[in-house]
Amino acid sequence: MNEAILLKDVTKRYGSLTALDKVSFSVHPGEMFGLIGPDGSGKSTIYRILATLSVPDEGEAEVCGLNTVRDYRHLRTRIGYMPEKFSLYPDLSVMENLRFFAALFGVSVRENFDLIAPIFGQLERFPNRRAGALSGGMKQKLALSCALIHRPEILLLDEPTTGVDTVSRSEFWDTLATLREKGITILVSTSYMDEANRCRRIAMINRGRILDTATPEALVASLGENLYNASATDMFRLLSELRKLPEVTDCYTFGATLHVVADKDFIPAQAEKRIRDAGLKDVRIWPAKGTIEDLFIRLTRNENS
Amino acid sequence: MKTPDNVISVRNLTKQFGSFTAVDHISFDVRHGEIFGFLGANGAGKTTAMRMLCGLSIPTSGDGQVAGCDILTQAEDIKRRIGYMSQKFSLYGLLTVEENLRLFSTIYGMSDRQIREASARLFTDLSMENMRRTLVKDIPVGWKQKLAFAIATIHSPEVVFLDEPTGGVDPVTRRKFWELIYKAASGGMTIFVTTHYLDEAEYCNRISIMVDGRISALDTPDALKKKYHATTMDEVFRIVAKEATREE
Repeated sequence: MNEAILLKDVTKRYGSLTALDKVSFSVHPGEMFGLIGPDGSGKSTIYRILATLSVPDEGEAEVCGLNTVRDYRHLRTRIGYMPEKFSLYPDLSVMENLRFFAALFGVSVRENFDLIAPIFGQLERFPNRRAGALSGGMKQKLALSCALIHRPEILLLDEPTTGVDTVSRSEFWDTLATLREKGITILVSTSYMDEANRCRRIAMINRGRILDTATPEALVASLGENLYNASATDMFRLLSELRKLPEVTDCYTFGATLHVVADKDFIPAQAEKRIRDAGLKDVRIWPAKGTIEDLFIRLTRNENS
Repeated sequence: MKTPDNVISVRNLTKQFGSFTAVDHISFDVRHGEIFGFLGANGAGKTTAMRMLCGLSIPTSGDGQVAGCDILTQAEDIKRRIGYMSQKFSLYGLLTVEENLRLFSTIYGMSDRQIREASARLFTDLSMENMRRTLVKDIPVGWKQKLAFAIATIHSPEVVFLDEPTGGVDPVTRRKFWELIYKAASGGMTIFVTTHYLDEAEYCNRISIMVDGRISALDTPDALKKKYHATTMDEVFRIVAKEATREE
């Protein structure tokens, strides 16, 4: 099978900093693929290489079977790229931006309008507003419209939801799902772990290295069963008490509860008793369902300290 | 309203830009030593409200006090008595850790002796002694977060404003940062914090949620979850934010 996106041992250095360290993964045609990792982990560098704006120091990358270095001219017509930073022309109006990007690719706005209609809908009410004067959410919709206007096969979205509230984030992912149904392959990056579940497969990246690539379900299953919730009236004292227990390998906050990673010798009832003996009230420990965030914490715990 | 228990106390605080009411008659109190989560969707008016509380913008109407200063007449005094950490890392990358520290503490008007004492305390607390002369751009991301927080509170302010301090930060660093917040709060400092990570809302003593320039909900995370029959703060936020009618 021809992969939509393919990276083979891609390494990129900036001076003494290794931004990408032998990064390999592939995205199947029509797939929604997530690149999950914190700021500075190398996500944007991957995008710049795939969008032919940067050249790998070692290894190579292909998009639609085209090499990002040798075939960059052809490749550019097949992808839509939405960089992390707003990069439309702030002094051009909404319609002028859209027409400009259509003209660059030699298409008319009208012939491809059906593709962007659901996204562009809210912007149609102010076609003459300068792009720079739009709100954050509207800028995002215009940028996505401009990235789609030439009907690309592959959509490269670099942190489209950073700084966006939880409600708007859900709406944006709904939009992506409808684009994927139309057969567009989507590579989307995020620092929100909860968004991983909206992807068919994800690659987790930290410090320029891919930690793991799989479906979110498979990754969560790899966590195993030694994960527990814990709660008490004084959560922060509970945190320090649990960390003292020898069977506890890690303990960290997780919303309203704590998550406890323990070895096989851990018996919740015994741990509850010991914590109660230390003077805490309403102590409860019970099995927890793992998430991508738990896995990310496990995989990065040692390198970040 | 003006009890010594409150570090922030505002009534009917309003900010208009032309015909647009960005912040619409908000009233609330923040108690000493409290971790207060200030939530809201994009465009709900959080940033405008926070700018007024920090003395960076004068309200169109309403009144109140922050750290014992009047927000209408003593905006300059407020700036000296609060700490502020923005979502964007705002230390100077090309200055060393020590130089950044000296720059900011001088801006806060601290004396040489105060600066010396505060620096010594900070380097010991953060165990950063060996990084004193390192350029800030070269220190790891987790340390940068800690340092930015330490510098925002170097002058021991009564209240520190944290504007999305954990945006884009990895899950481990994010959690370490919250432990730092807890430590500061247990030492008596008041924390006013905004975030888009709703698991972090659970760590606050009380939460307010802004919708269309108004405060639509304000209570402890547990009470809010009970009130809206929700199991997480993420659900609470979705229910409350849905009331919004104003366009972005």
